[in-house]
Amino acid sequence: MLLEVKDLRAVVRPEDENEEDAGVREILKGLSLSIASGEVHAIMGPNGSGKSTFSHVLAGKPGYEVTDGTVQFKGEDLLALEPEERAARGLFLAFQYPVEIPGVPYMQFLKVALNAQRKLRGEEELSTPDFMRLIREKTQQLGIPMDMLRRAVNVGFSGGEKKRMEVLQMAVLQPSLCILDEIDSGLDIDALKIVADGVNALRSEDRGFLLITHYQRLLDYIEPDHVHVMVRGRIVRSGGRELALELEREGYAAYQEAAA
Amino acid sequence: MADQETLKTVRELEKYKYGFETHVETEKAPKGLNEDIIRFISEKKGEPEWMLEWRLNAYRLWLTMEEPRWAKVHYPPIDFQAIHYYAAPKRKKGPKSLDEVDPEILKTYEKLGIPLKEQEILAGVEGAPKVAVDAVFDSVSVATTFREELEKAGVIFCPISEAIQKHPDLVRKYLGSVVPPGDNFYAALNSAVFTDGSFVYVPKGVRCPMELSTYFRINERNTGQFERTLIICDEGAYVSYLEGCTAPARSEHQLHAAVVELIALDDAEIKYSTVQNWYPGDAEGRGGVYNFVTKRADCRGRNSKVSWTQVETGSAITWKYPSCILKGDNSVGEFYSIAISNGRQQVDSGTKMVHLGKNTKSRIISKGISAGRSQNTYRGLVSIARKAHGARNFTQCDSLLIGDKCGAHTVPYIQAKTPHAKVEHEATTSKIAEDQLFYCRARGIPEEEAVALIVNGFVREVIQKLPMEFMAETQKLIGISLEGSVG
Repeated sequence: MLLEVKDLRAVVRPEDENEEDAGVREILKGLSLSIASGEVHAIMGPNGSGKSTFSHVLAGKPGYEVTDGTVQFKGEDLLALEPEERAARGLFLAFQYPVEIPGVPYMQFLKVALNAQRKLRGEEELSTPDFMRLIREKTQQLGIPMDMLRRAVNVGFSGGEKKRMEVLQMAVLQPSLCILDEIDSGLDIDALKIVADGVNALRSEDRGFLLITHYQRLLDYIEPDHVHVMVRGRIVRSGGRELALELEREGYAAYQEAAA
Repeated sequence: MADQETLKTVRELEKYKYGFETHVETEKAPKGLNEDIIRFISEKKGEPEWMLEWRLNAYRLWLTMEEPRWAKVHYPPIDFQAIHYYAAPKRKKGPKSLDEVDPEILKTYEKLGIPLKEQEILAGVEGAPKVAVDAVFDSVSVATTFREELEKAGVIFCPISEAIQKHPDLVRKYLGSVVPPGDNFYAALNSAVFTDGSFVYVPKGVRCPMELSTYFRINERNTGQFERTLIICDEGAYVSYLEGCTAPARSEHQLHAAVVELIALDDAEIKYSTVQNWYPGDAEGRGGVYNFVTKRADCRGRNSKVSWTQVETGSAITWKYPSCILKGDNSVGEFYSIAISNGRQQVDSGTKMVHLGKNTKSRIISKGISAGRSQNTYRGLVSIARKAHGARNFTQCDSLLIGDKCGAHTVPYIQAKTPHAKVEHEATTSKIAEDQLFYCRARGIPEEEAVALIVNGFVREVIQKLPMEFMAETQKLIGISLEGSVG
């Protein structure tokens, strides 16, 4: 199994530690999910159901604390690893809001990231000519102009450009599990198609996907094998592609009432 | 287990990268300062009478002056009588080439990581880029390369003690003409006791055929270092000068009080770049260099231009304001600065742009990065005289904070005595966002490397002003200086 999550519980920790009791909120309340290589899973749910928190906990974002449950990634205890180690082992989180890093050219960022991962895996760093060859190939496949890589990371990029670059990072870093956190948010239909094409081109037998979204629209373009409904920090129902269509028709209200 | 690892890492980070000393027999003056010591120094240098008089005059001025206290830095009083004012490596008759240089010294350069390119130059590899290295080792220049090619172009590049002997007219005309001996406490001290430094003269219309580069190094226990640099660019001439330095770890404070004077005549241009990486002291702030420097350029001629670029990462205390006197009409002054402070370092640095001539322009870009428990102050003066019609200044001061125990301060002084001038000042203060760090880490970049990457992005505008061969080295240095600043 690529990813195996069992009874995961997590709380969000306030930055000010003195106010511990006031701020601690449990967001994930016993979440279980398994993803095998080659599968595409989608988690859908209303605002505040904990979907993004789940993706953050998987990637190791500071500020959350896992209080119970386990997460195995390729047979290893994922929660014991630092965020960069998770990345080096093949976990990739495409951000809902990719972060700007002024003054750092995208090209440099990609090279540093790729080589940092290789180093953590005990592999040799990629030489500049080899790296350039790889970048040329991937940008051509995704139809991204090389000029964009000379600009600072995400600075002045449109919403669509930011998401396309997240897909480029995925193509370059070749992860085995891609978590896409609301990759469709803020995209018009044309941009959504382009991003979806990029993701589809990366689908393969040795890679799993976890799509997190509010809307079934995304699933018209990236077809999932499994759909899960998440409400109040728990997966309350799982099914196939058809479940997404049902949710589109009927909304989450019934689930929310049941969970309340 | 993980704790053990962390402890080990922390311990290693605490050791200063360049914490070593070389052992070369030295000849030094007794501790303390009085007229006899100054006579000793002058005699050691075989100086003419006028030079000795100049020094004694500076010393007498110094006696009447008080240490400046206005900077935002704190340190115990310095005992000026506990310092050796002269130390020279003993040598057989002057070395004629690098082969004759003490192998210990060459090894030191190796440990300092003088770039391979320059080692090639030292080794005389064909096709190596031309960078002249006038290496200063503990107050005395021990080796000078590329002398001949420079001579062919008519450029004089030599230790200042040699210039005093061989080019007394130029030295007498220009020495102290930008920073007079009585300018300030440390400039007066330097004028009295300076032992070495560089002298550059680029004649009319000559574009200096290579970058001039000097590596300064402090290496003698309890020895203050008082460099004196004088660069003159005659009409229509151009020169680019690089200065980089580092020093070994030690427990006692070291005083460094250099003076640099630049003179640009009509249509001349001088670029002066510094990478300063002296020992900053240990985690509790013990040891480390006191860097009290006076650097000033005189844009004396019409259309002259001077650019200061500095990367300040070292020293326990930095007190440094490379300045431009924009005397000539249409002259231009620039100041590009990166000042990084970590641990308990204290930096008070900036510039002065004094607009005297018509249509003079100045540009100030300052990037301050504070981490640990350090204090980092930008202090700058833009002054526009009554007759400086059409003068323009643009100032941008950006501060970046890492952690919540450090401080960043911006103290701009603006004095405009004519309404026919334009002065702009922009300032920002920001923190490295948790989001940026996590974004990098989620891509596989460990935290310290991520900090270095983000900071290098923050200072990119200034890094690009450095000569090519310094850029990569400087980016690395920024990473090293911020080690241990997070987590």
